[in-house]
Amino acid sequence: MIKFVNISKEYKNGVTALYDINIEINKGEFVFLVGSSGAGKSTLIKILLKEEGISRGRLYLNGMDITRVPNRRIPYIRRQVGVVFQDFRLLPNKTVYENVAFAMEIVGARPRDIRRRVPLILSMVDLSKKANSFPDQLSGGEQQRVSIARAIINNPPVLIADEPTGNLDPETAWEIMRVLTDINNRGTTVVMATHARDIVNLMKKRVVALEDGRLIRDEQKGGYSVEIPTI
Amino acid sequence: MNRRVVIALKFRLFKNIIKQGFQSMWRNRGMGLASVTSISAVLMILGVVLIIILSINNVVLDTKLKFDEIEVFLEDDLGSGALDAIEAEVMEYPGVLSIMFRSKEQALEIMKEEWAEEAYLLEGLEENPLPDSYIIKVNDIELAENLVNAVKTLDGVEEVKYYKDVIDKLLVFAGYIRVGGIAIIGILVFVSVFIISNTIKITVISRRREINIMKYVGATNDYIRGPFIIEGVLFGLLGALLSIAVVYFGYEYLYESMNEKLYNLFTFYLVDPKMIFADIAIIFGTIGSGIGALGSLLSLKRYLNV
Repeated sequence: MIKFVNISKEYKNGVTALYDINIEINKGEFVFLVGSSGAGKSTLIKILLKEEGISRGRLYLNGMDITRVPNRRIPYIRRQVGVVFQDFRLLPNKTVYENVAFAMEIVGARPRDIRRRVPLILSMVDLSKKANSFPDQLSGGEQQRVSIARAIINNPPVLIADEPTGNLDPETAWEIMRVLTDINNRGTTVVMATHARDIVNLMKKRVVALEDGRLIRDEQKGGYSVEIPTI
Repeated sequence: MNRRVVIALKFRLFKNIIKQGFQSMWRNRGMGLASVTSISAVLMILGVVLIIILSINNVVLDTKLKFDEIEVFLEDDLGSGALDAIEAEVMEYPGVLSIMFRSKEQALEIMKEEWAEEAYLLEGLEENPLPDSYIIKVNDIELAENLVNAVKTLDGVEEVKYYKDVIDKLLVFAGYIRVGGIAIIGILVFVSVFIISNTIKITVISRRREINIMKYVGATNDYIRGPFIIEGVLFGLLGALLSIAVVYFGYEYLYESMNEKLYNLFTFYLVDPKMIFADIAIIFGTIGSGIGALGSLLSLKRYLNV
């Protein structure tokens, strides 16, 4: 599904953010991307979203080589990759329903399909009752669920979550993890960058760890750090 | 996807863009006022310049038609042989339409007619002081120089008068007005492109968040750009509408009131407001929306790097 082959990234100011990264993520996998700030997680995600170019190496998405694509094709690649951010990034002047429908309008979906699909996704993230609320009337967890709904409304094969629980209390964070697991169980590949040690340790999913731009660990059913967690 | 599906999709996208353009214009109406005002100010000045240019063209054309004559004044008491020689010589030149003899008596009659009420002043003349003359009509007074020079040297010709100088001066004057007008309009168009691009820039910045989200969800650049361009064009068209109304009705009022006060001589040379309404509407609409679209594009270019 996603394949990083010998990818390096140097920024224009000379900083090297990634050294020779090799990762292969299969369809339907759930992958944690861990590492301290500045380890290269954000750069890796930006590369996946085609926000940043690649200095060396090749990147494949869904069997397509997307190492270098013309700018006008980038939007179509982004439609394959849903994305959720730490700060939700909802439109404050639109209701929950409109925020989610917005993503469908952008790709030119039929109004009939929008009316059918938005309530479906909202019920999936348990927000049917809040459809007409505005973002500032929602709790953090609810807002994040709206942004997840928006990210998956167009059925992307991959969902990227950049510290989705970063702004949430532990209980709400688990609520979000349940939603993400749910989405993963329906066949969507999920890549989640996170600092949340206990979540990573308890979920027992694949863990890819970065440090100073290098891949230092990639293990199935891994933990946040190499030491066996002492519970 | 087959073609019908693609067209339907494009149509829905287009509808969204238009809708958002109108919404954005409405939300941004305060700043938009500045754009609309500046565009209509530019177009009003353009209108004035346009009317002046058209009127001067009118004058030039009219003068050209009126002064297609060359007057050849003759010495007194020429024999018919000399007259025939002059006629024959003149008719050889290309572009000569006709040559007509005007005796001194006829010339006096014409003068009396022209002087009308003051004609009594001529009554006291004991002797007709006017010379005999030939009136030569030509195709194009601009090209008559050779003919004039040749006729001047003929025997029995005292003086040749024609209005090339007047027309030349008029043409030069019209040229200055045209160039000056275009320069002024050019500068003003530039200024208003700048103003509208600033207005749109403010919308772009205030909607940065939304644009950012649109990009992540996979909106194409055209889809993001579209509403802003629509907004710019709408501001431009509003400005055009305003200035069309002001220029047209203002000019019509001026024209009518001049007509009423019997400055006929003056209005004779002014273009009829009704004749130019369609032209003004088309020119203003095009320039207004062009300024709007250009302004939006410029502001987006810098602020919308995906």
